[in-house]
Amino acid sequence: MLLTITTTARPATDLGRLLRKHPDRVQRFEQSFGAAWVFYPEATEERCTAALLLEVDPVRLARAHGRGSGDASLKQYVNDRPYAGSSLLAVALGKVYSTARTGVSEERPELAAAAIPLEIAVPSVPCKGGPELVRELFAPLGWEVEAEAVPLPGFDADSKHVKVRLRGTMRLAEALSQLYVLLPVLDDAKHYWVDIGEVDKLVRSGGDWLAAHPRRGLITRRYLAHRSAYERAALTRLAEAEGAEAALETPVEEEAPAASEEAAERSMPLHRIRIGAVLAALRDSGAASVLDLGCGSGKLLAELLKEQQFTKVTGVDVSSRALDMAERALHLDRMPERRSQRLTLAQGSVVYRDKRFAGHDAAVLMEVIEHLDPGRIAAMERVVFGEARPRTVVVTTPNVEHNTRYGLGGHEFRHDDHRFEWDRAQFAAWAGAAAERYGYRVRIEGIGVDDPETGAPTQMGVFDRD
Amino acid sequence: MTDPTTNAVPEGTAPPAIPAAEGREPIDVAVPAMSLVVLVGVSGSGKSTFAARHFKPTQVIASDYCRGLVSDDESDQTATSEAFALLHHIVGVRLRRGLLTVVDATNVQPKARAELIKTAKERHVLVDAIVLDVEPSIAAERNRARPDRDFGEAVVRRHHRDLKRSLKGLKKEGFRRVHVLKGAEEVAAARIVLEKSWQDRTEETGPFDLIGDVHGCRAELESLLTELGWAIERDGEGRAVGAAHPEGRKAVFVGDLVDRGPDTPGVLRLVMGMVRAGNALSVCGNHEHKLVKHLSGRKVGVTHGLAESLEQLDKEDEAFRAEARSFMDGLVSHYLLDGGRLVVAHAGLKEEYHGRASGKVRAFALWGDTTGETDEFGLPVRLPWAEDYRGEATVVYGHTPVVDPEWVNNTICLDTGCCFGGRLTALRYPERELVSVAAEQEWYEPVRPLRPASIERDATTLDFEDVSGDRYLETALVGTVKVRAENAAAALEVMSRFAEDPRRVLYLPPTMAPVDASDVEGFLEHPAQAFAQYRGKAERVVCQEKHMGSRAVALVCRDPETARGRFGLDTGPAGAVLTRTGRAFFADDALTDALLTRVASAATASGLWERLETDWMLLDCELLPWSAKAQGLIEDQFASVAAAGLAALPAAVSALDAAAARGLDVADLAARTGTRLSNIERFAEAYQRYCWPTSGLDGVRLAPFQVLATEGANRADHRHDRHLELLDALVEADSTGTLMGTRRRFVTLGTDEEAAAADWWTELCAAGGEGMVVKPVLDGRPRLQPGLKVRGREYLRIIYGADYTDPQHLDRLRQRRLTHKRSQALREYALGIEALDLVAERAPLWRVHQLVFAILALESEPVDPRL
Repeated sequence: MLLTITTTARPATDLGRLLRKHPDRVQRFEQSFGAAWVFYPEATEERCTAALLLEVDPVRLARAHGRGSGDASLKQYVNDRPYAGSSLLAVALGKVYSTARTGVSEERPELAAAAIPLEIAVPSVPCKGGPELVRELFAPLGWEVEAEAVPLPGFDADSKHVKVRLRGTMRLAEALSQLYVLLPVLDDAKHYWVDIGEVDKLVRSGGDWLAAHPRRGLITRRYLAHRSAYERAALTRLAEAEGAEAALETPVEEEAPAASEEAAERSMPLHRIRIGAVLAALRDSGAASVLDLGCGSGKLLAELLKEQQFTKVTGVDVSSRALDMAERALHLDRMPERRSQRLTLAQGSVVYRDKRFAGHDAAVLMEVIEHLDPGRIAAMERVVFGEARPRTVVVTTPNVEHNTRYGLGGHEFRHDDHRFEWDRAQFAAWAGAAAERYGYRVRIEGIGVDDPETGAPTQMGVFDRD
Repeated sequence: MTDPTTNAVPEGTAPPAIPAAEGREPIDVAVPAMSLVVLVGVSGSGKSTFAARHFKPTQVIASDYCRGLVSDDESDQTATSEAFALLHHIVGVRLRRGLLTVVDATNVQPKARAELIKTAKERHVLVDAIVLDVEPSIAAERNRARPDRDFGEAVVRRHHRDLKRSLKGLKKEGFRRVHVLKGAEEVAAARIVLEKSWQDRTEETGPFDLIGDVHGCRAELESLLTELGWAIERDGEGRAVGAAHPEGRKAVFVGDLVDRGPDTPGVLRLVMGMVRAGNALSVCGNHEHKLVKHLSGRKVGVTHGLAESLEQLDKEDEAFRAEARSFMDGLVSHYLLDGGRLVVAHAGLKEEYHGRASGKVRAFALWGDTTGETDEFGLPVRLPWAEDYRGEATVVYGHTPVVDPEWVNNTICLDTGCCFGGRLTALRYPERELVSVAAEQEWYEPVRPLRPASIERDATTLDFEDVSGDRYLETALVGTVKVRAENAAAALEVMSRFAEDPRRVLYLPPTMAPVDASDVEGFLEHPAQAFAQYRGKAERVVCQEKHMGSRAVALVCRDPETARGRFGLDTGPAGAVLTRTGRAFFADDALTDALLTRVASAATASGLWERLETDWMLLDCELLPWSAKAQGLIEDQFASVAAAGLAALPAAVSALDAAAARGLDVADLAARTGTRLSNIERFAEAYQRYCWPTSGLDGVRLAPFQVLATEGANRADHRHDRHLELLDALVEADSTGTLMGTRRRFVTLGTDEEAAAADWWTELCAAGGEGMVVKPVLDGRPRLQPGLKVRGREYLRIIYGADYTDPQHLDRLRQRRLTHKRSQALREYALGIEALDLVAERAPLWRVHQLVFAILALESEPVDPRL
């Protein structure tokens, strides 16, 4: 809600000319969410500070947000937007200082073109990534960065807000454009208020500083990734009733955790290897119809549809959001009819008996069982092995022994939503017992590089019956 | 439908006036009340007129109409094949739903009729044909008068030839009866009479004594009837020849009266007497079926105790044998009793067969859902149909001997193997009490040892169809509650991914609506409105302290055996402590068990188990502190907001101070910013009051405020005085200090107790309390909000934002709409009451689950979360 820009370039009061806001006036600018004020707490020859203060009307904010978002969570009413240096601040900055941002000044063209000593302070920046990310984003641009986490009142912990102070010698226009882009990036929240098209343009044209930025990947990703917000509305309400927050996120695709995002980009595509192994098992089984339970965004479905052997492919997920993602990822709307006729997508649950599961030669539970509470495994067995009874069932799940290779400690799982991860003996014991109970045979294989000590990262059980 | 009556045509759809032929006696055409009626007649024979005259418009499906639907032209012959596809579809759906259906098409060709007969057979429905055999000349004459029938007389003649050729063999095609109306006069004189089916005894409302497989055990039957209070009537030789119950109860035998036991004739004599006198009904068992077959001279294997019956019957006279044969031959496959709420069939009956008639239905009723395979004892393998049963009607059956009768999805098997030395069992209906007498001896050696239960119970199997899609649930309090498919979809995900095992999720707490907005200055909510809202609806209310933690539902069992035996909880905690959305409160089962043990010990120490005559109870509670469950949410949502505000506002205040010192006019802005700073400080204080560290159970408090249900009793009524008194005893007996009492005040509405209670509320809130809940205290269950919350001024900052007390915000917030929230609260409450009823009466899990699932689904409706 507050951003101050200070310069010591003499005469410092010329800051007013660059910003086109007179140091002796208090100015108010109407915003969609309230008002922005510009005033100067200090204005001398030596040092001049322009303060941009937002008065956010939470009601107008909630209304603007509520419209069309379908979101009825408490968050739209009680949030940090009125206080934080978020995308709202970036929007106000962009508008109030729009002329200064162009870097063109009729009055002081040479000053606008010159790098001047600047100090920028924002007392509270919501930042996913903490003070470290603030440094990573601003230091490469030539700023001396002071970033300090704001404590959480009442808890012995840091909040996600960071007190930020930047010092450096920089063209004012450039500093403004950096703030305009990077404040929302730090926030990484759904910013309904920034015109995505404009930012997209900015990113693509690669402003001078952005093209060479070492974290440009993260910057563009955070900018462009967060566009949809409202699909999860019903679930969010339930999560709030629960007192839990992010736990409801659909565990759609997941991967072995990586030390950093860069590492993830380089890491072995285990999921490709896994899909390959599952496909091979299905091919060998001679199955013509396959039921993919917990299909997620449909990566396996896409591969199944490519092979003529699989004449009937059914993708089931308990999350309707996952199914929407699958529908988009598979381009169902423009899939040729001959192919789409082979595919069915349906919401369903592996702990509810379902007659639509019957009539398939094979069922796949790829990285699904570890998302079930151990107490519900018996219900899943009953539904899949007892009721649907396909000739073949393929089950994959992480091998927890391999976790040390990802640098995970003893009790750490590969994904927040995992309820358990089994070692090889536990998986074999469960698979053997389930096969026995329901009259199947089972063969167990490793997927991925077979580490001599820990075994492969993923384990697969292929069940079949006469 | 009761006695045969003429089929009433509803008002406003008066049939075209065709006068009944004068002076002619009406000709009764009797068709089954639930059946397919196929009209047969050439074009112009008057089928449509006949149908309109005798049946409701919706009962008549005409080929011309279907042709119109698929082509916009009723005479477009190119659309015929699609029109008939549609016709068969409609007919199929109607018959599946048990509706009388009349097909108005020429149906003069065997192929057309065969298709319809097949459709009916697939739905286990009888088919009658009514032939309108009108002279071709008259038909042709009528066609000429109609502009849309431009085909010539030749077509009519051809139709007529087809019809003539068909008439003789018509019955053999599969029609139950073929009614031929010869000539226009007979057609005009016809009168439709609906015949109730044999199975339909829905008018019999009991009370009933349903009796399991007797198998020739006459002595045991006499003992059982005596035990049940029947007076047995004897003939000169002292033989039981009938029985009557002083309270007019009716006996219903589930079949298999004969074979194996020592006195099949004696059993038949007694039962025949009872049936003859109208005191009993009996369905046919597979043993009667086989015995009749043998007595009729057909070849059957003399096994499974048939030899004994034959030997015993040989000693009877011919008249008795003839009577017995005719009695058994007349037994029907199953009965629908008590308005359709009770179905009796020898081997049980799945829902789609109730009240239906076909070979398949009869086979199912006599032998069960068999696969045609036999087990290691050479007995037929039977599928566990009862496990899949989802019908509303109670199904009572026998056929498969079990040690103890057990309710499975509203069905029960009463065959307790009397002839094998077990017991003879009866079920009192509607009381649902089991009464049995032991066999005097093992009369017949069982081929296979008795199984412990008819069906291996698998309560965890719930079906997707139990919960998916748009659902309509009946409640006593608010009638039908609709659950939308999208809300069900959200609930499916939560139930599948996060909720506890459904055997533990027997209830979820309904949401609670707040009071009307207050007009007291500075307050959004105030007790005065709560009292005003209940005035005139209740005389007395209770004001209960609202604990600020997380809502919890606790299933407390006296001991692990109860958890196992009563709820099937053989793994995990011996009970449950659940959140509002059905999750386990603690990730660690040991903590759940430890907390439950504390509650159970307190219940034992306070004598609550005995007082409530139960071994388990379901408690509505609040679990404290708030941070125990919601720490993540508090940090992310509330503390994070406070952090941002407490970092930014002081900086803003000092910047404004500096500007003011320079002489700039920022006074208003500075004042507003100062107020916001003090508001955010109060906000930060407000949530911190409800947070404190816990470790294991240390620091955890549980405040139970209502006993929801105990064995056989749904206790969720409005007598909060009694609830709180019971729970005071529980809290007092808790030696661990975990349980917490609930402070309360009772208020007689309209007296100065109201003002005193409002002061009390102010004190509670001033001491950091969340506020209170006002609930009516009364008997019965009127359609009334079960409670209204009145939240404290500072607490509401957490909900409405730090600055909500600013006059301009407060004025706007007072306009809040409560209609939807109230309706949601009432609907969820009504569903919860139904769920508790079912839990108390040991209903099948899937029925309880449907209701609990619906509550969760309703919770995902978009309602202002601040209410």
